[in-house]
Amino acid sequence: MSSSKDMGSKPLKPLHEWPLWEVFVRSKQGLEHKHCGSLHASDAQHALQLARDVYTRRQEGVSIWVVPSNAITASEPNDKAEFFDPSADKIYRHPTFYVIPDEVGHM
Amino acid sequence: MTPAAHTLAPLAFVLQLADNALVLGQRNAEWCGHGPALEEDIALANNSLDLIGQARMLYSLAATHVGPSATEDSLAYWRGPEEFRNYTLLELPHHGPLAPSARQARDFATTIVRNFLYSNLMVGVWAQLLHSPDAQLAAIAAKAIKETRYHLRHAHDWVVRLGDGTDTSHARVQAALDHLMPYTQEFWPASDAEQAAIDAGMGLNLSALQAPWQQQLTETVALAQLKLSSAQGFVSGGKNGMHSEHLSYLLSDMQSLARAHPQAVW
Repeated sequence: MSSSKDMGSKPLKPLHEWPLWEVFVRSKQGLEHKHCGSLHASDAQHALQLARDVYTRRQEGVSIWVVPSNAITASEPNDKAEFFDPSADKIYRHPTFYVIPDEVGHM
Repeated sequence: MTPAAHTLAPLAFVLQLADNALVLGQRNAEWCGHGPALEEDIALANNSLDLIGQARMLYSLAATHVGPSATEDSLAYWRGPEEFRNYTLLELPHHGPLAPSARQARDFATTIVRNFLYSNLMVGVWAQLLHSPDAQLAAIAAKAIKETRYHLRHAHDWVVRLGDGTDTSHARVQAALDHLMPYTQEFWPASDAEQAAIDAGMGLNLSALQAPWQQQLTETVALAQLKLSSAQGFVSGGKNGMHSEHLSYLLSDMQSLARAHPQAVW
């Protein structure tokens, strides 16, 4: 680490070089973590702290996960037809053909 | 000494704590809308709001000592710079000693190092005041210590990132540390207000604060690959009411609205 003579005159690396992170917040014990947004941060710990400040400042959470956005493999919008349309007419996959006995109550 | 269960914290001491929180809260709020990144902008605004929240609780507590004419607002907006008892460290602008003006050269490293030096101290102070016989002050300490631990974590993290970062960030955080360290000398000799708090058995013990403060500082500075600058030379006297010129500018910014429109509600 050497001292820099042009301190302040040389622009820092642009902030958009911070990688993108996806943030998941659990709102209560027992509930699942839900995706709530994304942010830029330099590493995982930094992302966690920024997520605390950006996404839980109104008491939204008790636990935070951060995941590098580029670690997520997403389905392609172009695949929508073959991925999702075939399930549109499979109504028998919904559990609506069973009669729930009264004794069971709310399910 | 065994103080009675209803012992109240001395007014001057509560005001010193309140002034510290308000002045640094106001300073850090100057970053609002100007943070180095959107996420960091929000983090600094959160820090400010925590501090201003602490100031509000402390001024409200102080106002009950002063009498019915006083409110948190009258104590925050209608006292002049000579009446404020905050550390000089907290009123300094966000730039090093040689920058031409605060607006031109707001320096994130200075902000971060200042937050580190102060929150490192206050984690210790609030921990002592948790056991204060003044129940209201102890309750404020219980809330403030959680916020302050996070401020310390946030500032520590940035000192390490910047110190162990690029040549430029290293040089800037080192310059900020060199600039601000002398102002920490003011922390240790007791002011009249602190002496009154010590005598009243509030749990404050300044000499016990110094070793853990120094240890955390040494640890952070080592992790950040920085050189620990010595705290020497001029000893500032903000907590005794002798401020730098910067406090009056800060207060005139903060107080002008309340003074131009007394009783205004928003």
